[in-house]
Amino acid sequence: MPAQATPQPDPTGAATPEPREASANTIDPAEVARFDAMAEDWWNPNGPFRPLHQLNPLRIAYIRDQIAARLGTAGTGGGGERMRPLKGLRLLDVGCGGGLICEPMARLGASVVGIDAAARNIAAAARHAQAMGLAIDYRHQPVETLATGSERFDVILALEILEHVADGEAFLAACASLLVPGGLLVAATLNRTARSFAYAIVGAEYLLRWLPRGTHDWRRFIRPHELARSLRGAGLTLETLDGAHYDPLAGRWSLSRDLGVNYMAIATRPAGA
Amino acid sequence: MPDATAKPEASPSSSPLPALAPVPAPLAADVLIVGGGLIGLPLGVALAGAGLETIILDREDPARVVDAAFDGRVSAIAFASQAALAAIGVWHHVAEAQPILDIRVVDGTSPFFLHYDHRTLGSGPLGWMVENRVLRQALQQAVAATPRVRLLAPAAAAHVERGPHGVSARTDDGREIRAAIVVAADGRFSPLREAAGIPTLSWRYAQAGIVCTIAHERPHQGVATERFLPAGPFAMLPMTGNRSSLVWTEPAALAAAMMTLPPAEFRVEVARRFGDHLGALEVVGPRWTYPLALHHAERYIAHRLALAGDAAHGMHPIAGQGLNLGLRDVAALAEILVDAARLGLDIGDEGVLEAYQRRRRFDAMLLLAVTDGLNRLFSNDVAPVRLVRDLGLAAVNRMPPLKRLFMQHARGTLGALPRLLTGQPL
Ligand SMILES: Cc1cc2nc3c(=O)[nH]c(=O)nc-3n(C[C@H](O)[C@H](O)[C@H](O)COP(=O)(O)OP(=O)(O)OC[C@H]3O[C@@H](n4cnc5c(N)ncnc54)[C@H](O)[C@@H]3O)c2cc1C
Repeated sequence: MPAQATPQPDPTGAATPEPREASANTIDPAEVARFDAMAEDWWNPNGPFRPLHQLNPLRIAYIRDQIAARLGTAGTGGGGERMRPLKGLRLLDVGCGGGLICEPMARLGASVVGIDAAARNIAAAARHAQAMGLAIDYRHQPVETLATGSERFDVILALEILEHVADGEAFLAACASLLVPGGLLVAATLNRTARSFAYAIVGAEYLLRWLPRGTHDWRRFIRPHELARSLRGAGLTLETLDGAHYDPLAGRWSLSRDLGVNYMAIATRPAGA
Repeated sequence: MPDATAKPEASPSSSPLPALAPVPAPLAADVLIVGGGLIGLPLGVALAGAGLETIILDREDPARVVDAAFDGRVSAIAFASQAALAAIGVWHHVAEAQPILDIRVVDGTSPFFLHYDHRTLGSGPLGWMVENRVLRQALQQAVAATPRVRLLAPAAAAHVERGPHGVSARTDDGREIRAAIVVAADGRFSPLREAAGIPTLSWRYAQAGIVCTIAHERPHQGVATERFLPAGPFAMLPMTGNRSSLVWTEPAALAAAMMTLPPAEFRVEVARRFGDHLGALEVVGPRWTYPLALHHAERYIAHRLALAGDAAHGMHPIAGQGLNLGLRDVAALAEILVDAARLGLDIGDEGVLEAYQRRRRFDAMLLLAVTDGLNRLFSNDVAPVRLVRDLGLAAVNRMPPLKRLFMQHARGTLGALPRLLTGQPL
């Protein structure tokens, strides 16, 4: 697991770009300010990000299994190797927040870069990873400036971010250009349906107070066919769409064919591209 | 996972300065288990077998604990416990085990009795009788044969600090260990549980258990008999050869007197209770006595700490379930930690630990309550109670579904089971 024990030198030799002013790109400044205020709470399992902590096991298993199935990574070896199925992969988490996904990905063996538009998220994430003894390359940087460099990734995660960016098309184009040919994009977002309005906005934000009010703007939620069109526009091939279903009684999430509220998309960059 | 923690640095050996004593580098693991008894060892083997780096500490010398003088007891291993031990690669190291083919529950001298036959359930014995020293030997061999698990013994955990991001422990011989989580498998007086300030609820009975091994003339045919005598239950458990293990309860004062009887008189007392259905008998080896008590920890978890086995719960030997209950903790905890590690989660995280407590605490409480109830019901010689008991036993016997339920509980195959208890790998 050399990727974690020692910070990986950038294999492309590209200098790390200077942090930019976020507003120069597709990031909406009002959104950034809101998440900035929450950064400290990221790692509290019963804090404001409780729903993410609950959703994470399902999402991580999904990402891990999709990577294994499509990129055919290790994972088959017995014992210790089984715990590091992502070994040898370079992974980028766009909108990494406090690092709730970056850390598991690093433990599973991936060499992880996490970027976020909010400086406080990056600071909180880096502090936590260091305390946990994990080497993760966190950068306060928008995806668009990263795309101008020569670094490339085997896997890019864009989880719960599409509905927060100002220009989804430009965002996906930047992600696509950062993938190696054959590389995998995992996107997770919320559908724009009456049900998602009821669940995510009224339920999660107002009634249960799971999320601070104003976390989501329902009008920005994305229908699956819209996402499919944007992915195609970015030169990516949509592989599968899967829903995530929440059972409030068991307090557990499971995979579902129902894309009505939370759903995930897997897209690949064609090998020839 | 283990590599995620800073690896110890090798101290420079080329240093020309001989003055400083070498400071041992801290050992890094995913899981630290304090207590290498009948629960700590299988837990370590299960975790390491699935890929988690594990260190087990025990203050006893491993060479000493496999001696009959250290622990001469015999344990009843339920069907599901055996399946788990087989799944983690311990069972094939067990040198000898007596299958239990039949369990008979007899109420005193009454003609009614409850009869559990393994054929009712289809396949395999109801359980096995294994001498504790044989089980300890098998566990030590399994530890030696499993990569990623180390038993440090004799070494006591002198100081355990559970910090926000991990655990660090110091042994009495000055070694440092870092891990993501510490498991207290340190027995009923669990120093770790005490240090974490977890209170226990306990009851004591005015009874004591007497344990000894007898040799008898005729074979026992794999039949275990539990006879409810006025003073308390008297269990005859089949061992390999023409031997049986006896566990019986007496009022504490009487038990103490029993312990001091000369061998010939003790033999007479045993024969009086055991009966003559297996011919002449002889007491072999020493006798032991244990006060009867139950205890249950108020919580099974604290920050980066999980309790397992007797550290979490203890019962008296009447039900022969203490070890089995502990092995159910092992199966559940191993599964939860391994599943979390396969997701790359922090295995010492609050959410992971809560899943363990949810899964185990109720099951243990139920069994403790049933054991307590059984003991009270059957340690009673009042006529109406006896009648209800006799009718109850006979009724259960005539109702196959209810009996099957009881039997499944005896086998440990009831309820939603962790993978290991159904014999599947982790
Ligand atoms: C008479 C009798 C008969 C029984 N019969 C049965 C039966 O038939 N079937 C059954 O299922 N169960 C039976 N049990 C119960 C069973 O024996 C226990 O439940 C089981 O042994 C518990 O194992 P444990 O590993 O949790 O605790 P223990 O066996 O107490 O082991 C704890 C270990 O921790 C170590 N330790 C403690 N503190 C430290 C420290 N600070 N540092 C390092 N090491 C430490 C100790 O050295 C010890 O090895 C019986 C019990 C009794 C008393």
